[in-house]
Amino acid sequence: MSHRAGTAHLAGALSCADLLAVLYGGGVIQIDPKKPQDSKRDRLIFSKGHAISALYAALAMTGFFPEKDLENYNEEKGHLPEQPSPGCAPGVEWATGSLGHGLGVGLGIALAAKIHRQDYRTFVLMSDGECQEGSVWEAAMFAPRHQLGNLVAMVDFNKWQATGRSTEIMQMEPMADKWRSFGWEAREVNGHSVEEVHQALATPWAKDRPLAVVAHTVKGKGVSFIEDDNNWHYRSPTAEELQKAEKELFGKMENGE
Amino acid sequence: MRNAFADEIRKIAVQDARVVMLSADIGNRLFDKFKTECPGRFFNTGVAEANTISMAAGMAATGLRPVCYTITPFITARCYEQIKVDVCYHEQPVVIVGTGSGLSYASLGATHHSLDDLALMRVLPGMRVLAPADAMELRSCLQVAMKANHPTYLRIGKKGEPVIFPEPPPFSFGVWNRVKEGAGLTAILACGNTLPIGLEASKLLAAETTAPEVYSCASVKPLDAKTLSRLFATFKKVVTIEEHSLAGGFGSAVAEWKADEACDSKTRLIRLGCDDRYLHDAGEQDHARIAYGLTAAKIVDGLCAN
Repeated sequence: MSHRAGTAHLAGALSCADLLAVLYGGGVIQIDPKKPQDSKRDRLIFSKGHAISALYAALAMTGFFPEKDLENYNEEKGHLPEQPSPGCAPGVEWATGSLGHGLGVGLGIALAAKIHRQDYRTFVLMSDGECQEGSVWEAAMFAPRHQLGNLVAMVDFNKWQATGRSTEIMQMEPMADKWRSFGWEAREVNGHSVEEVHQALATPWAKDRPLAVVAHTVKGKGVSFIEDDNNWHYRSPTAEELQKAEKELFGKMENGE
Repeated sequence: MRNAFADEIRKIAVQDARVVMLSADIGNRLFDKFKTECPGRFFNTGVAEANTISMAAGMAATGLRPVCYTITPFITARCYEQIKVDVCYHEQPVVIVGTGSGLSYASLGATHHSLDDLALMRVLPGMRVLAPADAMELRSCLQVAMKANHPTYLRIGKKGEPVIFPEPPPFSFGVWNRVKEGAGLTAILACGNTLPIGLEASKLLAAETTAPEVYSCASVKPLDAKTLSRLFATFKKVVTIEEHSLAGGFGSAVAEWKADEACDSKTRLIRLGCDDRYLHDAGEQDHARIAYGLTAAKIVDGLCAN
């Protein structure tokens, strides 16, 4: 998708692909792809909108729209823009791209569930750089006060942001303790271990506390020459690089990785 | 005005279970009756306006009808991007209410003045912008805003404003209330809480050929195109007045309308508002209005000068 469309942010999409695989492929998110507007559905606010190609792929692979549509990613007048617009495709809950909005929106949806007396849950997937936005911590302070055990914040902690190491630009660590000190239950996992991610999301937590899953990830995960190389924040692969990447990824799939 | 707002939103919320109030740490005791009569639907969202707006948008997306309330600069400029992205881009029916607007909090300094909110809000696609003149018109505006299905910004004062309308007047988007007849040659378009200034000027000119019609222009976006068409077709002069910057506010909106829709009009448009500076003086609202030239005398000057 990134090669065909010439779009940036491939590495940030790869870093959260395993998290999405667990959320959608692992049956964590309870939603019927044929009824994406069902009021009782679980919601995912994909707050790192620059990496939306990963969500488009996950939604297509789980039947929200045909996989063939992915070929139209970022095409003019298409329904899969480079960054999502409101209601652009079934399963895309919110138009993100400006960081630091998703947790507040997800919080509103979670609070509404309590008002409507509904059982759905709201997941918010954020980047680590995003956690530098003050609005994230406004929301983080509000949710535990209102006992929102139906809200899950996931941080794709790949340790990079646009221009450098997130951990060097801001004091990101201790990330999990930040959430704990704000009153959240926090779990740290290897974000590329589907077992660990699944366990973190499936193991019950206190009903009166929101859950933060801090997923340690590798930016560009899965492709050796993209992994942990921040030039790939903006680059898109050439035809040759694409071929090489596909060979690596298909090889890993055949080996069951 | 804020007491009328608290009373009217309570009445609406009692009838409509979708209404939720999000107050960002303002209105001590103001909403006690709301809390009692609408349990579980009032949230003090703290000194956290960005989150207040995002949260309201999320709530609206589930079918609730949130109202966000705090002092104007903090519920408009402070959280502007949340209003743009989460409310307007997503077309969520969130009603944003700024209290103590314009120069209502003159003595608290420019941190608490809002001379930019009309400009900021009206430039957002899909946003409706309302500035009622008094407590009665506020009630009418709020009723209409809550029934509509649009993002709406409601600019209100604080307390003790003169009450002009004996009862809540008719109101709809894009229709202004004519509160005084005139000689048919000049008009005063008063935005929000400047209506008493407009009426004072009209008294001074009552016996003159320049006796102006006076309008309460609560609907800033959309404008009242029908009224503007009439005025700019046959009137000699039209004065706008607002407690807002001359850049981007109500008068600017009227000037834009004139440029686009009545460019050949011979009607002279005179705009009164705040010039391009912060006010550093101590002093109350009346002092600030004089400092910015928002007085009946200035209107009279404008209408009588050649």
